[in-house]
Amino acid sequence: MRTGYVVQRILLFFAIMWLAATINFVLPRLATGRDPIREQLIAQSMRGGFMSTSMEVMVKEYRVKFGLDEPLPKQYVTYLWNTLRFDLGKSLTNYPKAVMNLIGEALPWTLGIVSFAIVTSFTLGTILGALIAWPRAPRLLKFTVPFLLTFSAVPFYILGLILIYFFAFQLKWFPIGGGYPIGTVPSFTLGFVTKLVYHAMLPSLSMILASTGGWALGMRGMMVTIQGEDYMNYAEAKGLTDSRIFFGYGVRNAMLPQTTGLALSLGQLIAGAGLVEVVFGYPGIGSLLGQSITQFDYTTIYGIVFFLIVTLGIVLLVLDLLYPLIDPRINYEQA
Amino acid sequence: MKGFLNYVRRNPNLGIGFLMFIILFVFCAIGYFRYDLAKAAYPLAAPANKPPSWQYPLGTDSQGRELYAVIVAGTFLTLRIGVTAGLIGLATGTVLGFIAAYFRGWVDVVIKSLVDILLTIPGLMVLIIIASATKQAMSITLLALIIASLAWMGPTRTIRAQVLSLRERPFLQAARLSGMNSIEIIFLELMPNLLPYLAASLVGSVTGGIFASIGLEAFGLGAMREPTLGMTIYWVIYYSALLKGMWWWAMAPVTVIIIIFIGLFSLGAGLDELANPRTRRVL
Repeated sequence: MRTGYVVQRILLFFAIMWLAATINFVLPRLATGRDPIREQLIAQSMRGGFMSTSMEVMVKEYRVKFGLDEPLPKQYVTYLWNTLRFDLGKSLTNYPKAVMNLIGEALPWTLGIVSFAIVTSFTLGTILGALIAWPRAPRLLKFTVPFLLTFSAVPFYILGLILIYFFAFQLKWFPIGGGYPIGTVPSFTLGFVTKLVYHAMLPSLSMILASTGGWALGMRGMMVTIQGEDYMNYAEAKGLTDSRIFFGYGVRNAMLPQTTGLALSLGQLIAGAGLVEVVFGYPGIGSLLGQSITQFDYTTIYGIVFFLIVTLGIVLLVLDLLYPLIDPRINYEQA
Repeated sequence: MKGFLNYVRRNPNLGIGFLMFIILFVFCAIGYFRYDLAKAAYPLAAPANKPPSWQYPLGTDSQGRELYAVIVAGTFLTLRIGVTAGLIGLATGTVLGFIAAYFRGWVDVVIKSLVDILLTIPGLMVLIIIASATKQAMSITLLALIIASLAWMGPTRTIRAQVLSLRERPFLQAARLSGMNSIEIIFLELMPNLLPYLAASLVGSVTGGIFASIGLEAFGLGAMREPTLGMTIYWVIYYSALLKGMWWWAMAPVTVIIIIFIGLFSLGAGLDELANPRTRRVL
């Protein structure tokens, strides 16, 4: 039953979202002795160089403002309702700013490098893997994969550190960090966009280097299996051109498990991308998360984590629903 | 020994994996006898910002830690976190996998759907919430336990699948017919057949544990006082060591982390082949 599967899958999505929101609500409240508001106020008054005598009044005032004086079940309901409307609360460090706005400012940067890195490494890896399994491909290619696989064992940001040292600090080919040159104002001129791309090169490269090998390995396995298939022999016997057999018959059929793998690896990629941003001081969500952690900005930390879980959940939901369209062989009726 | 060497010739990954850890072990053993780790790996043990020299072979950092000592202590602590988390994860996963596959029915449904749901949530993100809620009291053991709390899904899945395929084999039916009870069958018949899978799984979950621990620590969620590899990476980023040209500060932990991961990766691939010789060799 197709509609049955779709309904089930959507329900699962909401179950995951509810679970994530509940974890977000319960965990911080379980940690005993933590009072983010008080901590924040103490930190601020210390930065200002004086201890406020009316601290208690302020703590109370803020508790009312954040709704922390209400009974827990009521807080929970309010929390779920707010999350449903994508209201993730206000940042503790940049107080009047909403967490959602902070995420909105950082999101385009992350989307830019992560999607570029994913698309590039997926395409490169898939083609490379297909070529290695292809008997008529240049032999030299076979040596690239073990090399790339070694990179794939190492976390992105560790590679990032190495790249920064050699290509930014020693050779000065690339900027050492940041999203655009200090002192320029983001605009949509050609000059600025070039600088933007230039700054995004090294962070994306560290992700591409680390993930291409994995894609190549998976694709190689599928391609080897497919080569024994009858339709491959038939295509050859018909006298089709090599490239037609390679792309139309081989790659096309071997691609599908790759797309499944893509969906499964997204979570890791996003988490890894976060630390790459921290290493490069790239102004995306990962850096925002890193800053919030150092500044004890709890609402922002929880907001970002929840946002990422939701985003990933939506992507996985869409991919799952798209599979039958990509691959007619997938039929959810039996599942 | 000779048999082992002959086997390694056929399965070079296993050899590479062992070699990496032997190198690491020798490197750490030398450092262990050279330094008083309880002092040299902590701040103010040496003059700050010194590049590598005869006196300080790997240099010192901005807070006056001796990096060789930091690496020796850090490798030990990081491996301890990874192994603790990996062992707990594997043990939990094995028990759950067994229960699910051996008893089937609604237990299987519950365990399997729980694993499926949790696997789609990015683990590191949940770990970040847990770790930031307990940030003040963070210690090596607590970090290991937090990581272990999300390290059991992979093993559960592997072991469940493996037991499901084993339980229908004739030798198990023979065991059942000869009157062995469930406990005997699990420990005398199933477990020995699962050992290679358990070993490969353990390497996988230890890798995952180390990966998560270094990631959390690099985000600033580790035990701030401990000289683990991840915390060293955190300080490298925090003090922008590379921008100041202090390459040695980053080089030491980065090299060791790469050695550990490549070692575990080869070991895992080697054990996979040992467990399942039919998989084609790729590396």
